[in-house]
Formats: sequence, C-alpha cells, structure tokens
Amino acid sequence: MQQATVLSGKRNANWGDRIFAGLATTSGVFVLVLLGAIIIGLAVGGAPAFRAFGAFFLVDAEWDPVQELFGALVPVYGTIVTSILALVIAVPLAFGIAFYLTELAPGWLRRPVGTAVELLAAVPSIIYGMWGFFVIVPIMAKVVQPWAIDTLGEVPLIGFLFAGPPFGTGILTAALILAVMIIPFIAATMRDVFETVPPVYKESAYGLGCTTWEVMRSIVIPYTRASVVGGIMLGLGRALGETMAVTFVIGNTNRISTSLFGPGNTIASIVALEFPESEADSLKMSSLLALGFILFVISFIVLAISRMLLRPRTKA
Amino acid sequence: MSATTLSAAGAIPGPAKDLRVSEALGRSRHRRNMIVKALCFAATAIGLLFLASILATLVWRGMAGLSLTVFTTSTLPPGSNGGLLNAIVGSLIQTLIGAAIGTPIGLMVGTYLAEYARDSALGNSVRFVSDVLLSAPSILIGLFVYQLVVNPFNGFSAIAGCLALAVIVIPIVVRTTEDMLRLIPATLREAVIGLGAPKWKMITLVCYRAAREGIMTGVLLAIARVAGETAPLLFTSLGNLNWSTDLTKPMASLPVTIYQYAGSAFQDWIDLAWAGALLITLGVLAINIIARLVLRRGV
Amino acid sequence: MNFATTALAVTLAGLTWSAQAQQITGAGATFPAPIYAKWGEAAKAATGLELNYQAIGSGGGQTQIVNRTVDFGASDAPMAVDRMEKANLHQFPSVMGAVVVIVNIPGVTTNQLKLDGTMVADIYHGKITKWNDPRIQEMNKGITLPNRAIAPVYRADGSGTTYVFASYLSAVDPTWKAKVGAATSVKWPTGQGARGNDGVAATVQNTPGGFGYVEFAYAKQNNLATAAIRNKAGSFVVPSMETFSAAASNADWANAKHFAVDLIDQAGEKSWPIVSATFILLPKDPKDPARSANVMKFIDWAYNSGDALATGLDYVPLPAAVKTAVRGSWTAEIKGPDGKPVR
Repeated sequence: MQQATVLSGKRNANWGDRIFAGLATTSGVFVLVLLGAIIIGLAVGGAPAFRAFGAFFLVDAEWDPVQELFGALVPVYGTIVTSILALVIAVPLAFGIAFYLTELAPGWLRRPVGTAVELLAAVPSIIYGMWGFFVIVPIMAKVVQPWAIDTLGEVPLIGFLFAGPPFGTGILTAALILAVMIIPFIAATMRDVFETVPPVYKESAYGLGCTTWEVMRSIVIPYTRASVVGGIMLGLGRALGETMAVTFVIGNTNRISTSLFGPGNTIASIVALEFPESEADSLKMSSLLALGFILFVISFIVLAISRMLLRPRTKA
Repeated sequence: MSATTLSAAGAIPGPAKDLRVSEALGRSRHRRNMIVKALCFAATAIGLLFLASILATLVWRGMAGLSLTVFTTSTLPPGSNGGLLNAIVGSLIQTLIGAAIGTPIGLMVGTYLAEYARDSALGNSVRFVSDVLLSAPSILIGLFVYQLVVNPFNGFSAIAGCLALAVIVIPIVVRTTEDMLRLIPATLREAVIGLGAPKWKMITLVCYRAAREGIMTGVLLAIARVAGETAPLLFTSLGNLNWSTDLTKPMASLPVTIYQYAGSAFQDWIDLAWAGALLITLGVLAINIIARLVLRRGV
Repeated sequence: MNFATTALAVTLAGLTWSAQAQQITGAGATFPAPIYAKWGEAAKAATGLELNYQAIGSGGGQTQIVNRTVDFGASDAPMAVDRMEKANLHQFPSVMGAVVVIVNIPGVTTNQLKLDGTMVADIYHGKITKWNDPRIQEMNKGITLPNRAIAPVYRADGSGTTYVFASYLSAVDPTWKAKVGAATSVKWPTGQGARGNDGVAATVQNTPGGFGYVEFAYAKQNNLATAAIRNKAGSFVVPSMETFSAAASNADWANAKHFAVDLIDQAGEKSWPIVSATFILLPKDPKDPARSANVMKFIDWAYNSGDALATGLDYVPLPAAVKTAVRGSWTAEIKGPDGKPVR
C-alpha cells in the first residue's frame, strides 16, 4: 500500500516534471521565435529598400521623400554619435555616483540616494522628452550655446564643433538627455560590481596607507574592469533604441553636421517621425523598416560585446 | 603607479630630505583624494538635481491642469472642460492585462533559463534574444503587433495594445526571475530533492516561494515600465476619445493622450497633458518605490 | 497564440459593461483632430453617434482605410489617385484650414513684416540669410530690420502642414518645385527641424531671428507674430478668417476630381495664399454599410450644424455648394453589397 502510493507518486512526478519542463522549454523557444519573427518581419518589410538601393543604402546621406531617395547614413551616424556622446557624459557621472555610493556616502544615506538615482530609470521616456524640450533646450539656447559659440567656437582646430546658430536642440542636447536616462543603469551596475570586490583586498590596501581614491584606482577598478565595461555597454544598448525623448530634442534634420550644436536624426527618431506619414507598401515605409532592421543589428553587436565582457562576473 | 608610490609613502622616515619629499607626496596624494571625493559628491548631486528638476517641472506645469474633473470626466474637445478619466482607466486596464499575459510567459522563460537550460546552446540563445528584446525600440514592437494582430483582424483593439505591452513585459520578468532563481542556494534545492520531491514541485513550491519578493519586484518594475509606454500603443490600441472598456475596441491610454495633447494649440489640452504627465510619473515612481520596499523586506 | 488571444478577448469582452451608443472609429490627419473631437461631442447628443477619432497622421489614416481597420480615414493631402482607385475609396473634404508664416524679429510686431512667396522660398533655400537683406528691406521700408541671421525652422515630422506649405512654395517658386517639391516631409535645403506645430513655434520663439510655419489655430492661440504675404493678385494679406474664406470661394471646386481641389495661391484681392482642405476617405464597397452610413450621417450633421464650432476653433467651413456636391457624391459612389446606395 505504502509502496504503491510512492510509486504512483513517482509516476505523477515524472509526468509533472515532463509537463513543467516542456512548458518552460516551450516558453523559452517562444521568446526565441518571437524575436526571430520581429527581426524577420523587419527584414522582409525592409527588403524592397535594400533591393532598390543595395548596399549603397548604408552609405547614402540622402533622405528625399519627394524623389523617393532614401539612405541610412544620417540616422545611423546620428544614432552612433549621440549614443557615444551620451556615454562620454554619463560614464564619469555614473562612476562618481557609484564611487560615492559604495565608498563615501554614510550608510544611512546610501539606500535613499541609490534609490533616487535608480528612479531616474523609471521616468517614462516621453516625460524626458517634454522635460528636455521645455527645460533643457531653453537653457542650452540662451546660456550654454551662445557662450560656447563665442568662446570655444573661436578656438582653432576644435572650433567647428561649436559652430552654428544656438537653437538649443541638436546632437549635444540629445546626448545630454540620453546621458541622464542611462546614468541610472550604468551607476547601478557599477555599484553592484564594486560591491563584489572582496573586502579583504580593499582592507589590505587601506592597511598600507592608501587613500580611498587609490584603493578605487588600483584595486577596485582593475578587479571589476570587464564588468564595468559590460555595464556601460548595456547603457549604450539602451541609448541606441531610445525613441520619444530623442525625438523631442535632436533637431530632426537629415544632414550630417560636424557641430555638436547642429541638428541630426537617429534611427529611432526618424522612424517615429516619418512612420505616421508613410503609406503601407511605399518605398519610404520599407526604408523605415530597413532602418529598424539595421538598429537591431547594431543592438545585437553591442549586446554581444557586453555579454562577452560581463561573462566572467556571472561565472564567478 | 601604485608600487612605487606606496613604498615611498609607507617608507620609514629616513634622512630629512626624504621626509620632506614623502610629506609633499602625501599632501598631493591627499589633495588628489579630496578632489576625487568632491567630484564624486558633485556627480551624485548632479544626478539628484536631474531628478529634482524633472519632478519640479512636472509639478509646476502639471498643477495647472490638475483638478477633480481630471478624474471624473473623459477626454473632451478643447474648451469643453474635459478630463482624463478614460485615459487613466484605459492605461490601468491595458497595463494590468499586458502584465497578466507577459508575466507567466516571462516567469516560465526565466525558470527555463535558471533551472533547465543553464549554459546549453539553446539556453544561451534564449537569454541573448531576451536581452536584445529588453533594449529593442518599443515602436518596433508596436509595429510588429500591428502586423500580427491589428491588420489581420481588421481593427485596432485594446487587446492588441495589451499584447504589445506583454512583449515588453516578458524580457524584464525573464531577467529578474532568472537572476532571483539563481540566487537560491544549492543546499536548499538539494534538501528538497533529498526529500523525494519531483523537480517541478521543488521549483513551484520552494524556489518560487524563496524568490517571491524578487520576482514580484521584477513584475512591478515591468508594470512601471509599460505604464509609461507611448510608442507601442500608437498603432495597436490607437486611443479613444470616449469612455470605453471594451477590449475589442480602441481604448484610450494616458501616454498616447499626453503625446497628442502636448502638441496641440489649445491651452486646456496642454494643461491636461502636463497633468497627465505628472500623474503617470508619480504613479510609476510609486510602483518603483513599492517594488524596492518589497525587495528590501525579502532579501 | 491566436486561439489564446481570441479566447481571452472574448472572455474579457464579455466581462465589460459596454452598453454604448453606435461608435464610429476614424483615424488619420492630426490637423483636423480638435474639430472632429468638437463635432463628435456635439453630434453625440444630436445623432446618438459616438465618434472616436485618433490623430495618427495622414499617411497612417490612408493605410488604415486601405486595410479597412477603421470606419473612415482622414488625410490632409489628397490621396494619390491610383492608390485610391486600387483601394476603391471615395474622397471628400470636411473642413479647411490655413498655414501661416511666423517670425521672431526683435522689434517687429505681428503682421508688420511683409514678404512674398519667392522670398519665403529663398529663405528656405538658404539664399536669403539675413533679416536686413536688401530684398526684405526693400519690401518693408517703414521698419528697420536687424542685421541678424534668419533661423529657418520646419516641421521635422511628416505632416499635412508641411505638405500644404511645400505645395505653396512649389506653386510660387519654380526652383522649389524642381529641386524640392511637395510632400508630407521634404528634403529641406537649410534650417532646423522641430517636432509638431508646438516644436516649430517654441523653436522660433526661443531663437531671435527665427522663422517658421504653423497652422493658423496654433499661431492665433499662442499669439505668435505672423507675417503678411503677397498673394497672386499682388496685394499683401494678413491671416484671418476673411482672407481664408476668400481663397475658398475663388477656388475651382466644380472641376476638381475626387474633390482634390487646389486652394493654394488662389486669385482674388483678399485671398490668403496658403489654404487647404482636409479630406475624409470612405470605402466605396463597405462590408458593413451601416457603419459607413453612420459616418455620412455624422458628416452631414457637421455640414449642417458644425460651422460655428469650426470657426470657433479657427477652421474654415466649406462653401455651401461644395457641401451639396459632396452629399450628392455619397449616393452616387458608395454602394452596399446589394448594389444600393448606402445613403
């Protein structure tokens, strides 16, 4: 009797296990198929554009809806430049915040400050756009840009970076908003990996008379370098696909501008701006879908790199 | 740097000259330390300033449009003293149903990755695409659901919006579920298996329970994220000027209403857009803080 | 997944309490969205019809009605004839509006500055770059213009406003027509893009020397400084309901195919040169005739009783003769599955 129930229980367990494992695996495959379907959908939708313009699509700076000539160069350039500039701004700030939170802040302050910084990640993207447009853009137009154009703009060699009229919008403003949006991601990752450093390493350095900064520079950073870079790449991945916020502030122009104050466009912003006015099955719609496909390829590459760099930490 | 500096700094005081050098060196080291500390403090202050500035802007501009009508009246044309009732309710319905569809799938995928796949090739691919999905531009997800659901079924519907949001929910829940399940000590698992329980019971009865707070946090964060999404709803649930809770019909949502009102010519619509922006941000921040409190109690 | 979706939809739909009036769903152009909402509110009491109109853009509106995902589509630009015929659609105007030129020149008040069409085009060509350019100064002898760069701003998102404005530039400037052309977004030779009417207005206001174009309602509601423009008859006109209506009454409605009338740069002493109609698209072969009939009932109500509401929101009502012609076209063009007119 006893044995029978155990046996039948076991048979049930086998069934249960099989069903549960099957369910879990199916869900995993489902996600795989889902993303596959999204990418294939974009590739199929973008195929007419690739057929019409060939590989030239990637290096063509033209975007002329009247003549139906479309090229991806400007939005791809804008996407990469704004994202990299955003990193240039965000990484030092995020590092400072992470350093402050792990080493400097008094214990009672760490959690509230850390939470506040992470809350920046929760603010919806459209709110960033509105805030950027109504708060940051006027500051840029009336204070930062006129000053920079009059001073830095006159400096030889780098002057071209600060040329042009002070509209307030443009590549630098977009990068600044993006930076604010990705700071919480990078800062949180950095803080988390800084905390993985075994205290004994740090303590022995302190014991040798090292200052806090020396411990950070010589112990913490070398120990966590790969993971820090991985976290930065995750922030980069986020910046690449950001739509609404960038759309409000980038100036939305299909020209390549060498000035930081010049307008531009990113892949996500051009898709958001042009999609509503594109008819189904038109070459314009196809070009937008092709741009979406390119964006996926870029995110893939960035994410693959960050995976490679983050792996040592997950293994450890 | 470290080796030489450290030995110089830590050296036993020798002749007077060396002492002066080491004192100067010590001063410069400490000065540098103070500068870095100040910079880090400044960086944190700047980060907090951004948050404060966003909140202040929202409160300042949002208060103008905030009144009881916002919660009691649906959207109306300019000059008719409308509110946001249908948009608020629509956002709640779509966010909750989106989360209700996405959460179980995300939970199962996370379970698969943590408990079954580990480092298999399939597992790694699933993990990778789930992370790609995490940073995919949300407008493309809306577009995908449009092609999959709206177009074949001849019409915009709230359920299409829910599905688009569900697609965004999935990778967030996957990430937290997997991370949380992996944190469960092997000893606990072994104990359960040792008692003769089948694996699925171990996962559902023990692991989920142990990781409950962490998984809850993930779900709450996912809800917070999709509650503020505009782009995926534009081409799925479309929006609705009227009160509607019919899932097969277009439905209003706060972000889409904000998006359309913020750019209008009429001051009452613009005020409503800011009031909506204030509401949605406060709501999302509240969910986040709750999520963190839940997690804190759990771990 | 489809099964699960449908099952869920059915279950949840059953749970909701939607005892509602008959609903009409429309989508498309952003420009008429406020007046459609206003008409919808007023028509609900009068006709029992509940309108849901969503501003997703003219291109989106065309796509949706081609796909039949909505009861009617709306577009600021007339739909391409071949696409319209292929999709078996009927097009007619609902209301009109105007686009105005806005400026931000310190010391210059609204409607003080006078420009002509080629000068506006040359500013966007990048040929006129300073406010005290001899050509502008020549036309504005009474005012002193600053030696300040002109900062041209344009709509960066695809929009009917851009279509209308670029159509105007194409009509008055052959170089523009050859090099740039007219569409919902064009390749601007120079200037800064901004998102939406609000973006253009704010960028112009933030930039001394700013220059841009917005819908009239937007300029009026926000008290933006507009410019007077020389029309085809050679007189300088300022934007107002009167000059817009003058342009509409001078247009050749009778000979316009699919009602795609050209209201740009009309003759007549008082005509404002940048006026256009916005259009509604209906299937000629509705699968569900009742829904199309409801749309026509709604528009008929708006034609009869909606003019005051339209002018209140700075839109221009259609001339009475045009409304009659549209009503007649419904009977002739839109037929149910039984071959009988839907209305």
